[in-house]
This record gives sequence, structure tokens and C-alpha cells, in this order.
Amino acid sequence: MRGMIEQERFACALGAMQTVVAIPRAVPVLHSGPGCGTMVSRFFGQGAGHAGGNTVPCTNATEADVVFGGEGRLREVLDGTAKVIDADLQVVLTGCTADIVGDDAGEVVRGIRASGRDAVHVSAAGFKSNNLVSHSRVVNAIVDQYVDGKARKGAWRDPRLVNVFASVPFQDPFWKGNLRELKRLLEGLGLRANILFGPESGGLAEWVTIPEAGFNLLVSAWAGLDIVRHLEEKYEQPFLHFPYLPIGGNETTRLLRQVADFAELDRSVAEAFIAREEVGFYEEIQDLATFLLEFRYNLPEHYHAIHDAGYVVGLAKFLLHEVGIVPKEQFIVDDTPEEFQEAIRRELAATSGKREIPVTFDPDAGLAQEAIRGASHRGRGLLIGSGWDKLLAHENGLDFLSAAVPSPYRLVLTTGYLGYRGGLRLIEDIYDRVLATYK
Amino acid sequence: MSPRVNLGSPQVEPREARLGSITGYAGSAEELVRRSHGKCLKERRRSFSQCLGCSTSNAACTVILIQDAAVISHGPVGCSTCFHEFAFTYRVNGVHRGVEEPTQRRIFTTNLDEKDTVFGGARKLAEAIREVHRRTGAKAVFVLTTCASGIIGDDPYATVESLSHASEAVATVQICATLGSYLGAALEQAYGVPEIRSAAPYGIGQTERWWREFGRLTGKQLEVEALLKEERAEWLPRIDELRQKLSGKTAFVAAGASHGHALIAVLRELGLEVRGAAVFHHDPLYDNGAPTADALCGAVRDYGDVPRYQVCNKQEFELVNILNRERPDVFLARHGGMTSWGARFGIPTVLVGDEHFGMNYRGLVNYGARILDALENDEFVTNLARHASVPYTRWWLEQAPDAFLEGES
Repeated sequence: MRGMIEQERFACALGAMQTVVAIPRAVPVLHSGPGCGTMVSRFFGQGAGHAGGNTVPCTNATEADVVFGGEGRLREVLDGTAKVIDADLQVVLTGCTADIVGDDAGEVVRGIRASGRDAVHVSAAGFKSNNLVSHSRVVNAIVDQYVDGKARKGAWRDPRLVNVFASVPFQDPFWKGNLRELKRLLEGLGLRANILFGPESGGLAEWVTIPEAGFNLLVSAWAGLDIVRHLEEKYEQPFLHFPYLPIGGNETTRLLRQVADFAELDRSVAEAFIAREEVGFYEEIQDLATFLLEFRYNLPEHYHAIHDAGYVVGLAKFLLHEVGIVPKEQFIVDDTPEEFQEAIRRELAATSGKREIPVTFDPDAGLAQEAIRGASHRGRGLLIGSGWDKLLAHENGLDFLSAAVPSPYRLVLTTGYLGYRGGLRLIEDIYDRVLATYK
Repeated sequence: MSPRVNLGSPQVEPREARLGSITGYAGSAEELVRRSHGKCLKERRRSFSQCLGCSTSNAACTVILIQDAAVISHGPVGCSTCFHEFAFTYRVNGVHRGVEEPTQRRIFTTNLDEKDTVFGGARKLAEAIREVHRRTGAKAVFVLTTCASGIIGDDPYATVESLSHASEAVATVQICATLGSYLGAALEQAYGVPEIRSAAPYGIGQTERWWREFGRLTGKQLEVEALLKEERAEWLPRIDELRQKLSGKTAFVAAGASHGHALIAVLRELGLEVRGAAVFHHDPLYDNGAPTADALCGAVRDYGDVPRYQVCNKQEFELVNILNRERPDVFLARHGGMTSWGARFGIPTVLVGDEHFGMNYRGLVNYGARILDALENDEFVTNLARHASVPYTRWWLEQAPDAFLEGES
């Protein structure tokens, strides 16, 4: 049984409507109560994409639909969507009400497809799972109900083409920047990347080439494993799983070498690219060292993070080794399924051979806050979390970087923390907040 | 007065049933008022629709702002995901309400899962309430139900402590009849607290009517007259200056009903021509049944008709269609998600979240100055319009804005 949560930091299954919003020229259509879509877009706060936010069509199920069923209403709204919204793919997500009532939205959508329009159905009842889980369901549904039928039959499989599954759009507030950097890095190795979401993607034309890729890359602790496993089974595509966010020099280089080996790329090309990137990166880290060592006043020496598993592990590896900020108690609040927790603990433990980094898995972030209130460490501290944590940081005298949703205290457009460039940006952001505290 | 509000039921009857409110209309404001008062208002159903909002977030907004309370959403995790916004509002606006040291808002969800929809979530709710008491020591715990907990039949009425001195007040003053109508009428009916039956003080005529009614109810007529005199002397000359600069400019309004009516009055008072309005819903009359509380009726009487008045139920596609036709000089919006449409069409756009901003004589000066700024500083929207994308089809933009409303206007 899932327990109570204070200060939720993810949405329900229907939150994966943002996965659709992140695909250029796709439109989510909700068969749900009237408030569901607004809840989701107001949770994430910024970024409506092509047809997100208030543009999202919805059946706005009322009591009558609950009593008499809402399939006719769904058909009507889908027809209206085709006329009104300029989009190439409709993805129907059904919410709690439709699911409890038992509307057969799948049948309605099959009818739409039979009439020649592109449409996909995903059950996304909020009580069934959260948006991190249903992100995979949405992707798999688009693959099964759209990509599979559109893919070029008998197309040559390109060993240099990779499908990338990394940041869950919007749930990772830096998804656009992270995907942009990841694509740049993979291209630096000589690969072509189907990045699939956001302005760097080729939209639906790119999606239909998913079966042509030589392999899949998953950069995520656990969310998205269902996608790459599904593609492995469906198209016999192998996948490489890199289980945390690679931030900065060490971890980005590690990722790139793993990719180069996995894809059997020319190692000398990869090493030349890595060397170029590292020169630029470590030049900045040297300047950082001068700043850190010569600053005469106070800077953060340790930090807590309240974030998802991929960020908690990636931040720890980066901040400890490349910035010198020591991870204290860490809190993973993304509702990581139990089966993945042991591997994540091991990965975090591998961050350092000489210190233990305590970590808690619990989506109830109120408890994380209680623990941080009770913690006491020598020296100036930093808290990396969501907007919920700003007051806590203030009360406990911690510096604060808002880097998780919901994040009303920060405007994010294309900033990313992944990669060499992301690591440098993260350093800038941390010390921007810290230095702003000096008069 | 005969009881209009049914206080015997723990559930508030929806306004459609209680007041005969509608969410679909296209026509003139004058005609809408005539039908409302003639009791011949008819709903027009939409065959296409976009995301709305639901009652749980409005209820949450109210209770999250209560200082010593905790709030539990009894539902799946998604039904409370926007509540962090109200914690933000609480902290930003606390200063206006005398909250010197904002405290952490305590917001919880019972996080209902699939098993709960089968076996019921009552036990989970009871456990949650105990844990919330332990964690917060809140003086009151508010439980908000959701679609899922409602359909599965969980009964939350066993928990909530009362916290009100509202019954001891001299009068009820509310500035948003849309949201305050029920509570105002209920307090009068149950406790004899008189409600001011005059639309909120927006525009000169209504400002004076409202304050005089306030003076009458509180026995402070002389003080009110003195205050009005002072205020007129201070603000009327500046209002006249603004009128000269704004006269003849065209405007369009997108807002909830009550504040939409207020904005129409403010704009007209400043000499702007209000071409049209996209207003979220319409209540023929409020719970107190008083025509004097009907702000749209007052605005039409004081300033004349608004020719293209559409009750749009927050439907963006209708707003975009109308805005694209009307292309006013300035666009006033009141809720998020609407403003970008003005900007994408290159129309100077103003969103003021604070409903007090336009009140009284001073509010006219506030708005006038703000609109002049928007008209003057139009470089941003002019540039954006050259690059903006529109997710609507050409076909739709060429249809009548009420094309998806069934029945005749």
C-alpha cells in the first residue's frame, strides 16, 4: 500500500500528458475530470510546448459521464480536436473517472485510427501510478500504436543511430538542456541521436525511425527501463543503461567511453573528442579551485539533496569529487520501486571509498524535511531541492538551489546540468546563490 | 427573507443547480443581463472542449491560506499537485494579511492507489489525519475529497474541527461575488450577518454606491461621505488626465465572471471602448438574489453595452478565435494561460493578479497608468508576434467563435 505523502514532488499517471506535450506537433487529449490537466500544467508551472497547458483538449467528465459513460463524449472531443488543433498525432490519456466507470477508450481510438487519423490511447488513471512510471507507458503506447505502423518496412538498421531515453520531460526541470547536451555529446562520438523530445528532436518523423536505431541508451536510475526493455523485446534492439545523471568531467567521460564500447565505435575518435571536452572543462575547474581556495569568507562545505534517484547519485559524484562539497543525508523522493533501490544504494556507495553517504527512499518529503531540521553538521551547508524547500533552507541557514519540481522560485528555459557544460553551469548556479548572500 | 441556501446538506449545491449559472453564451452583455433577470437564460453545450479547472483546487486555495491549518487531499497523488502554488501565494501575499513570519504550509495527500479504489480509502484517511496531527499540531485539518474518493464512496465527514468567528461580524464584505456569493448569503441566513448587496467598488458610480451601502449597514454614513469627498478631490483630476490619453482605445477582457465585470467597468470609466469579453461563466443572480449585486447589469447600465460578450468557460480556443478577430489595442486578462495569446498576436497585454488593484477611485488611476505603460512599451509583444506559433488550425480561426456551441445564440 502506498502511504500518505507530504509535499509531493511528482504528478500522478496523467502527468505523463507532458511527455506528449514535449513531442513537437503531438497533442494530448484527456478523457478525465475537468481539473486534471490544469493540475498537471500548474504543477510544472512553465512551458506549454506546442499544444500544452490551456490548449489541451479534455472531455471534462461530469457526473453524467460517470453515470452514463463517456465514450460518445470522447469521440466528439477527438473529432473537434482534429478540426481545431493543428497537430499530427492525438494521444488520448484516460484518467481516474474514465477508468473507474470502465469507458472503453481503446475502442474509440481504434475507431479513429481506422478512419485514417493518427491516434494513440494510454490508460493513465491517477490512482494506478505516477508520471515517472506512466512516461514509459506513453512512450510504449506511441511505439506500438503509431511508430510500428509508420516505420519503413525492412529498413536497414543503422548501428550509428541511437534512441535516447533520459530526462522525463518537465519532471526533470532541465530536460531541454540535458537532452541538448546529451545529443551534442553523442554526435561528438560520431553517432546520430534520436532525442525524441523537445526542440532538438526531429518530431514525429524522428519517432518513426526508432526501429532503425542500432541500440537504445537509457540515462536514468529506473524510469524508462520499461521503454528500453520493451524495445529490446519488440525490435531486438540492445540497450545500454547508465543509471544516474552524468554531471561534469569524470562521469560524462565514463558515459561516453561506455557508449563508445557498447556501439563499437572507433576508440581513437571517441578519445579525441573526450580529450577536447576535458581540456575545456578542467580549465574552468582550475579557475574554480582558485576561487574556492582564495575566497576569504564562507562557502558551503556540505549539502543535502531532496531529488530523484538519478539526480541524487549524479550530484553526489560530481559535487564531492569535482567541486569539493561533501554530500550529507540524501533523500530520494521519486517513489523509486523497491526492486531498484539496492542498485541505487550501491551506486551511491561507490561514490567514495572513504565515506558513507546516508540515503533515504521515501516520496513523503515532509519526513525528509524533518530529518534535515534535525541534522547538524559543522560548516556552511547547501540544500538542493524543490520550491517546497526554500523556507526550510532559510530556517536552517542553508544556501538553497531550486533544482527540482515544483519550482516556482526559478525560471528555467534551456539550462541543463548534464554533461561537461551542465556541470559548469551547476557550479555557476550554486555560487551565484551563495555569493548573492553577501552584501 | 426566504432561505435560498440549503445549509442542511454538508455539500454545497453546484451553482448551475443553485443559481442557474451557465458556461456557454455568445451575444451582447445587455442581452445576457435581460435574459438573466427575465429568467430565460439557457445553457449552450460545447461539443469540443479544453481543460477547465476543478473544485478541489479552489477549495484548497481557501483552506491553505488559513494560518494554523493543515490540508489533506484525499485522493490520488495528482489531485493536489498544483497546491504548491497556494503555498507560494501565502508567502508572497502574507504581508498584506498581517502574516509577518510565514510558516510552512502543511499539505498532504492520502495518495490513493488502485487497491484503495477497490477496498475503500477510509482507513488510510484516518491514519493520515492522525499522522498529520502528530507532524503539524495544526488547530484544524481540512480534508478535500476528489473524483476518485467521491466515486468509490469514502465518507470524510467525521474529522474537521471548526474555526470560525465569522458569525460575530457586523457585515459580510466580499469583492468577488463568484466566490463569495454562497458564504455571504449563508452567513446572513444562518447568523443574521448582513451582506452588502451591492456589486464591488469598481468604477466611479459603483464605488460610491458600494461605500454608501457599507456606511448604511455599519451606521457610518457621515464618515463615508467625508471619505468619498476626500478621495474625489485627490483622484478625480488624475482620472480625467488618464481618460484624455486613453479615450477611444479599444480593449478586450478575458476573466472570471465577477472580476471580468469589474474590469469592464474600470476600462469604460477610463474611456476605453470594450469591444468584447470572454468571461468564464455567468450567474443570472447571486445567492442573495439581489439585482443590485449584479455587477454586469450595473456596468451595462452605467456605461452601455459590450457588443461581443462570450461566456467561454475558460475555453482557450474560443478566446483565441475572438481575439484574432477583434485585435484590440489592449488585452486585459485575469488568469494564467490566457495572456500569452495577446502577446502572440502583438497586442499589449496586462494581467493583474491583485483584485484590489482596480478598486475605488485610486484603482482607476492604477489601471490607467498600467494600461498606458503597456501601450507605450509594446516592443516586446510586437517582436514576439513576428515569431510566435499558433497551435490552432486556419479553419478554426475562420469559424464563428460560437461554432462549437450547440443551439442558437
